[in-house]
Amino acid sequence: MSLVQKTLKELSVAFKAGEITSREITEAFIKEIETRDGEINAFVTTTFDLAREMADAADSRYENGTLLSDLDGMPVTLKDVVCTAGVKTTASSNILKDFVPPYNATVWQKLKDAGAVLLGKVNTDEFTMGVSTETSAFGVTKNPHDLTKVSGGSSGGSAAAVAANFCAVSIGTDTGGSIRQPAHFCGCTGVKVSYGRVSRWGTIPMASSLDSVGCLAKTAEDCAMVLEVIAGKDVKDSTTPPVEVPKYTDTLDQPLKGLKIGIPQEYFIDGIEDEIVSVVDSTKAILETLGAKVVEVSLPHTKYGIAAYYIIAPSEISANLSRYDGIRYGSAVEGNSLEEIYTQTREQGFGDEVKRRILIGTYALSAGYYDAYYRKAQKVRTLVKQDFDTAFNEVDALLAPIFPTPAFEVGREADPLRDYIEDVLTIPANLAGICGVSVPVGKSKAGLPIGVQFLCKAFAEDRALNIAHQIEQTLS
Amino acid sequence: MLTQDEVRHIAKLAKINLTDSDVARLAPQLSGILDYFAVLQEVDTEGVAETSQVTGLESVTRPDEIHMSEIEAELINCTPHQVEDHCVKIPKIM
Repeated sequence: MSLVQKTLKELSVAFKAGEITSREITEAFIKEIETRDGEINAFVTTTFDLAREMADAADSRYENGTLLSDLDGMPVTLKDVVCTAGVKTTASSNILKDFVPPYNATVWQKLKDAGAVLLGKVNTDEFTMGVSTETSAFGVTKNPHDLTKVSGGSSGGSAAAVAANFCAVSIGTDTGGSIRQPAHFCGCTGVKVSYGRVSRWGTIPMASSLDSVGCLAKTAEDCAMVLEVIAGKDVKDSTTPPVEVPKYTDTLDQPLKGLKIGIPQEYFIDGIEDEIVSVVDSTKAILETLGAKVVEVSLPHTKYGIAAYYIIAPSEISANLSRYDGIRYGSAVEGNSLEEIYTQTREQGFGDEVKRRILIGTYALSAGYYDAYYRKAQKVRTLVKQDFDTAFNEVDALLAPIFPTPAFEVGREADPLRDYIEDVLTIPANLAGICGVSVPVGKSKAGLPIGVQFLCKAFAEDRALNIAHQIEQTLS
Repeated sequence: MLTQDEVRHIAKLAKINLTDSDVARLAPQLSGILDYFAVLQEVDTEGVAETSQVTGLESVTRPDEIHMSEIEAELINCTPHQVEDHCVKIPKIM
């Protein structure tokens, strides 16, 4: 097995044993990126010089016996919404195409303090709004398993980078499925954390009550290692509760015997492909072999999640993205008045999907419509959350499909509403603020990866990772 | 159905310049999406509280201590415009 195919855990163990240097690991990934990213397009910006510098520093720490953590010397990539001091951070948008932030997002600061090595910033749908990276201003990221297919979105760059062996782990964000869906498309493991589990400070926001920062890697064990570093309260993000961060890697091996796992019946929607359903069935069979009890459960408000989400998220988007006014940062179109600078910068800087969502949000929040749209959506959000509360009174976790199909074609016909509706299986978890892990379990006849998600109540990432790890162990 | 004039009005509120062809393209798309939202009317939300956040945290405070950012100049210099005396130079407002 070549270096780049190894898991984060394997690389970390080999590095700490002195079998390999961080520089050697880093050079192996750089070579892989230089060879294949031309056709995949996972990266918006590569930081190879910085990576070599950081790797050499990690090697010195190894020599001196001062290693910082299990992630020391380990190359990572960051979705290009994570601010990196001195390194361009674009949100894959023309409006930020030359933006170099003067500070680090908390998630990157924590990884950096743990010794991680930055290989570069990876592609996303513009401001994370999309399901395929096709709304990125810098082109689509193709699926490493089949270059005619998309890598998914919005964290498609992260998923493709992990699947193509460009890095051992990548940081992504999940506002309505943006980690779980690309992980499913590209065959990697992805963790959507509970709302507030990982600080959002310095990560360019989309919808502030729904955004979460998580990670994608080859295995649940690798995700657990990363989550131990990045999770926890941050004084700069007051939505991070003071909940202790467990040692996620300690509970991965817990047997599943006696666990009760529910399959929500409402997740088998019209149009879901048989191949997706059969992977859920085979996962159910594995769980039963491992001693878990699998039962049917009902989440009756599932189908209303999309409408609630696509009112709440655009409303928050319209407010959050008002900061891109061509004055304080990003690009600007020259104008004779402030109004001209604002309206023309935003016309030229934002792509179509971002404009659509800002307009929907502006409409939903405008006088006369607030009660009918925004207030109603927030009430429905309560009902979606209560569905999960009720379910988790009965079961330890939920097993569900992630997306109605495997990865779809690059350049399929545009249809905004269809794209929204396809998020039906991932959105409810964000509305409720619970956590989930997506795990690759099967393949389609065409050879494309198919994953499932395990959803657990808020701050039960340890349980979701445990189940995911047990499934991966059984499959390997 | 959202009219083209309504789309222009929303765009004005959102401070996004739209061309006539943008408006013509967006109006039916936005209408389709707004029509879809009508599905929420099927849900009885009488007496249901609104959820605006999910952490249960309330009135989070921290000690009132002053910390210097130390990157003031870099932050101001993020502007694409000219900077003079720690101020961003923009066209006249009045």
